[in-house]
Amino acid sequence: MLAKRIIPCLDVTDGRVVKGVNFLELRDAGDPVEIAKRYDDQGADELTFLDITASSDNRGLILGIIEQVASQVFIPLTVGGGVREVEDVRRLLNAGADKVSINTSAVLNPQLVADAAGRFGSQCIVVAIDAKQVGDHWEVFTHGGRKATGINAVDWARNMVALGAGELLVTSMDRDGTRVGFNLPLNRAISDAVDVPIIASGGVGNLMHLVEGVKEGGADAVLAASIFHYGEFTVRQAKEYMREHGIEVRL
Amino acid sequence: MIDIAVVDYGMGNLRSVAKALEHVAPDHRVVVTSDPAKIAAAGRVVFPGQGAMPDCVRELDARGLREAVIAAAADKPFLGICIGLQLLFDHSEEGDVAGLGIVPGQVKRFAAADMHDALGGKLKVPHMGWNQVYQSDKHPLWAGIEQGARFYYVHSYYVQPQDAAIEAGYSEYPTRFTSCVARNNIFAVQFHPEKSQHDGLQLLANFVRWNGVSN
Repeated sequence: MLAKRIIPCLDVTDGRVVKGVNFLELRDAGDPVEIAKRYDDQGADELTFLDITASSDNRGLILGIIEQVASQVFIPLTVGGGVREVEDVRRLLNAGADKVSINTSAVLNPQLVADAAGRFGSQCIVVAIDAKQVGDHWEVFTHGGRKATGINAVDWARNMVALGAGELLVTSMDRDGTRVGFNLPLNRAISDAVDVPIIASGGVGNLMHLVEGVKEGGADAVLAASIFHYGEFTVRQAKEYMREHGIEVRL
Repeated sequence: MIDIAVVDYGMGNLRSVAKALEHVAPDHRVVVTSDPAKIAAAGRVVFPGQGAMPDCVRELDARGLREAVIAAAADKPFLGICIGLQLLFDHSEEGDVAGLGIVPGQVKRFAAADMHDALGGKLKVPHMGWNQVYQSDKHPLWAGIEQGARFYYVHSYYVQPQDAAIEAGYSEYPTRFTSCVARNNIFAVQFHPEKSQHDGLQLLANFVRWNGVSN
């Protein structure tokens, strides 16, 4: 049977992995290649790199990092952050990324999703949806959750799949960094609305949250950062826990 | 002398395939190429592919590679990966397009609407992630790989060979489908060995050592 996936996420800025302290300041968490290898050894099913480099001068650094990781780690690699045009997608795939995640640019220019999927195939185009509860529905936000778009997140999910997204990364901005668990109704609503796989993200604080994301949120994969970066749990421990709760995993 | 040619027809992430081959065979010369002469000169050929099958067929022909691939599949150790498996068949439902006709059979789409797992959960298409592969038969490319080992898949279509005897492996999603075929010098897989960690690298290492005899 197909296994549910666990995907550690590495936030990269200026060539280093960083993690937030008290969700504010960023602290250096180490070398991306070393960290990627550690998660690979622990049995991560995929890795996601999010390039949060602010200055355009250092944006190219992610390409070198992906090249190094891809020659040593033989599991799927997804890269997101700052993807604005089809050429950005090409550069990342050529560096060794298997999938590219598009977020703000998909809202500014939905045609980018269609163009990238048309050129490289849906299998490598992930659309990241940052959603927040607004009244009785969820709304898409961009620019790291700072900008409201007025777009209904479930409708947006359907649109993105129709344009060619092969997978959706759904992050609850209400939960991100809170460690109180995924927004399960949001994940469930989007998972039920589309046929493509859903990655749940935002809010993981313990291993039960991962189980809930799959069982109640209908997620095909779960993404987490801090529970792995802080060394609280290894990926293997997370998988063993999921298996104990009746979820098919790769161990 | 080129030891391994990876056929480049502009479809998919060939760097991943080349990097994985270089990792398991550091003493071999691996070349990613769209030159028919280099494919003809290579000792063994890897035929990868991603994206949509109609685009793959068009790009293959645009680069004049159809004959070179057919020739390689006729007589040297040949490894098809993903669309590189599907392209070997007669016909695909994807875009209602003809394949290379090297292996008799059809390429079909998963019927997303009717697919549920054992717990009643909806199964997604593409079939994406790590699934168990069951070996239908003994084969040199399975050396050192356990029954039911997990490999990484990402696909919406699967092959149905006319001759069931060429099935080398299968997976379940939710029903059984052929995920590997073997015939003489050809071995072709639907999953991505280059992205399947230890077992994937083991399969590639087996391919690099394989003499091209299946039975």
